[in-house]
Amino acid sequence: MSDITAGATLPQTSRYATASEARLMWLRFRRHRLAFAALIVTILIYLVALLVEPLAPFNPDKSNGRYVYHPPQRLHLIDHTANGIRIHPYVFGEHLARDPVTLAAHYVPDPSQHVALGFFVRGDPYRLWNLFPGNIHFFGPVNPRDTVFLLGADRLGRDMLSRIIAGARVSLSIGLVGVGCSLILGIFFGGLSGYLGGRVDWFIQRVIEFILSLPTIPVWLALAAALPKDWSPVATYFTITLIISLVGWTELARVVRGRFLALRSETFVTAAWLDGCGQGRIIFRHMLPSLASHIIASVTLAIPMMILAETSLSFLGLGLQPPAISWGALLSEAQNVTSIATAPWLLLPGVAVAITVLALNFLGDGLRDAADPHAH
Amino acid sequence: MLISKPRPAAPMRADPAAEGDVLLSVRGLSTQFGHGPAALRAANDVSFTLRRGRTLCIVGESGSGKSMTARSILQIVPHPGRIVAGEMLYYPQDAAPVDLARLPPHGKRIRAIRGREIAMVFQEPMTSLSPIHRIGWQIAEGLVAHGMADRRTAMARAIDLLRQVEIPNPAEAAGRFPFEFSGGMRQRAMIAMALACGPRILIADEPTTALDVTTQAEILRLIRKLQEEEGLGVLFITHDMGVVAQIADDVLVMYRGEVVEYAEVQQLFANPQHSYTQRLLEASRKLGMAAPPARPAITPGPPMLRVRDVTLTYPAQRSFFARPKPPTHAVRGVSFDLFEGENLGIVGESGSGKTTLGNCLIRVLQPSAGQVQYTMRDGQVVDVDGMHRKALRPVHREMRMVFQDPFASLNPRMTVEQVVGEPILMHGLLAGAALRQRVRELLASVGLPEDAGPRYPHAFSGGQRQRIVIARALALDPRLIIADEATSALDVTLRGQILDLLLALQPKLGLSFILISHDLGVIRYFCNRVVVMYRGEIVEVGDTDKICDHPTQPYTQALLRAVPEADPARRALLAQP
Repeated sequence: MSDITAGATLPQTSRYATASEARLMWLRFRRHRLAFAALIVTILIYLVALLVEPLAPFNPDKSNGRYVYHPPQRLHLIDHTANGIRIHPYVFGEHLARDPVTLAAHYVPDPSQHVALGFFVRGDPYRLWNLFPGNIHFFGPVNPRDTVFLLGADRLGRDMLSRIIAGARVSLSIGLVGVGCSLILGIFFGGLSGYLGGRVDWFIQRVIEFILSLPTIPVWLALAAALPKDWSPVATYFTITLIISLVGWTELARVVRGRFLALRSETFVTAAWLDGCGQGRIIFRHMLPSLASHIIASVTLAIPMMILAETSLSFLGLGLQPPAISWGALLSEAQNVTSIATAPWLLLPGVAVAITVLALNFLGDGLRDAADPHAH
Repeated sequence: MLISKPRPAAPMRADPAAEGDVLLSVRGLSTQFGHGPAALRAANDVSFTLRRGRTLCIVGESGSGKSMTARSILQIVPHPGRIVAGEMLYYPQDAAPVDLARLPPHGKRIRAIRGREIAMVFQEPMTSLSPIHRIGWQIAEGLVAHGMADRRTAMARAIDLLRQVEIPNPAEAAGRFPFEFSGGMRQRAMIAMALACGPRILIADEPTTALDVTTQAEILRLIRKLQEEEGLGVLFITHDMGVVAQIADDVLVMYRGEVVEYAEVQQLFANPQHSYTQRLLEASRKLGMAAPPARPAITPGPPMLRVRDVTLTYPAQRSFFARPKPPTHAVRGVSFDLFEGENLGIVGESGSGKTTLGNCLIRVLQPSAGQVQYTMRDGQVVDVDGMHRKALRPVHREMRMVFQDPFASLNPRMTVEQVVGEPILMHGLLAGAALRQRVRELLASVGLPEDAGPRYPHAFSGGQRQRIVIARALALDPRLIIADEATSALDVTLRGQILDLLLALQPKLGLSFILISHDLGVIRYFCNRVVVMYRGEIVEVGDTDKICDHPTQPYTQALLRAVPEADPARRALLAQP
């Protein structure tokens, strides 16, 4: 009988032995340095989107005619005072001057005047998530009546930093909500297509090919143009999201279908059927967990596409309209050459878009590699 | 570690003049993957000598480093592996010996030797041949690349080589693509390619493992014939002790990267020195054609499964461009009975329809015609292939399946406990603590340790995974288990263990088995009766003893003749026409 128990030793790699597939994926992901850094950046960006009101130094809608196209100010740390050196953040006060010949306005820093900055200072009152009133800002001038423009001001003298932070909420959430819609549509139709096969599969795939063959931007434009102008910003916001995800779901549906087709012929799925599992249990208990990691990776890669789509639409003036703030809407301010020539910092929302999209792409790549270590 | 120092001595040769025959002398070769303490030694301190006209077999189980040793010789170790120590002296015809280990892997000198002096044949001929080039050109290319012939003479030589490897109609075959060839033909073409430049050493890395036994015998005979004609030194890598016994002159036994024994073949089989070699030989002989079988003594009960005229036909492929192909008969008119308590074997080569038939019996596939009548435990007779798919659940409770690939048949996202408990849960038999207790009993009954439950399948070896699959099959107290090539993916020492496990469980649980296999040794060891299949049809049905000792059908006879016997004293395989 010695043969019967010959298998009674297990390899002593206990950490990996009882590790679930998700845990193994995390261990592989952690080895991917760039993706791990991207994960941290992504988390930070989403935290910003979540905590817009306290993080923005000013109310992003507060305009001031005195600071039209105010350029970005340099941040100083070392203050030479009469009592010696003091380290605290401050900027120089500035005053408006006019060129005697051209009469062009420009701001002249005044080194004698220091605007002290601090953390957790009192400033413009706000309602966090439209619920909790407050006036504490993470960062801003110590004196609430002072102004500071670290990233400059726009044509109405509104603080660009505050506006970029405020735009993050709309731009990032539109990515999430849009991907959420795409995911539901994609899993439903992709799953149907892959699991049932046959005619259903043929029909769904042809529809997907049709949608993919449409030139995206004109279609978005047409759909967005069809929106009534008098809708509230929230209604427009959700409709724009839907419009974007109407195209976005097709890619996800294809990924899901491919994985379903591959999984359907796996022996362990046959084994589950022989074990007496019904169709629902086979799909949800045996097939979907194997898909989850791939879906997460595809979703992460789909979010930046959504963000870019929203940015393009709003830039073209057919997405969200001012006064709504999104990165695309902010960039629409930088549409003409004159304003870029006078105030190049109006393009800074584009930098925010680029950083976010890159971070999400690196993260998605890392997740995909971690989910499927044999792909390369 | 299993290795016993000092290193096993090279086999003694009686003829001192033979020193001039040495083609390759490997001393202390070590190949490793990775750096530092985490490095994996794929081959550790390997030494051997290959002589002209002789065959050296490197034998070992998967992961023993036999392939890495062979690849090291040609400096084609896959990245990040590299040779870290040792010398490999190659003795060219009329020049000073070259140490292959010192040559840079991408240099000119090793390239001049690769293919021209030392040629290699790989396991899977389909992946080693380029799918988009014609066979003739693939053979001729080596000659042109080595500057040994212009294109026209190279093509003529290629046709000549195809004739030499016994491919019928060589001139026409040279113009074909690899996918138009069968597995055996492709391997012949690979050998022709290896021989194109007239090498002095042929390295064959498991060249027959992917082939059927009858084809294997043909390829082995071909290699022997060419060796005699050209005086090649052959380095043959295999895991099959039967093949070793039939073709080897010298044998190198490897285990976990180390050489555990190095001896002449007669001596090794007669008097194995190392315990691992002994285990390997014992395991091979146990499943050999001369060993006493372990199958249960039975008094056949009433038939529990009546299979009548089962046919599965795949409809004709209609294509817009090509001529419509005729329908394919995967299984045609198969009828047999399975009696309660017996073990029935279904044996056949690849493409014989044995797996398709197994899937038809349990309704994973729906046969296009015929009947499978199953008598349930309560005496009720059901028509497995006629009933509604949803009504199959009680049948599947009594009739279970064990699959070929233990890696693919376990859900990687479920723990062993969940996998084994799933059928019990699905049939609503037990839940909660009682379920966990039952799963623990099941795991213990297949010889798995107590702490296996919460682990995931990736934490187990191949043999242990197959035990998990068996535990899942046993979970519902079945009466019949269909095991489809259940031991084929396992090393030979594990095969016997799994079969013994099934045999030990059989009387306790009152089981019957249908064992599907291409391996006559396994069938003979395990089964009371055999169904021999060929091209979808039954050739012969009968008692195992009768079929193995007195086969009446020519196909069965050929099949039996092609089984390589693990006894170098009886070399019947190469002696055949």
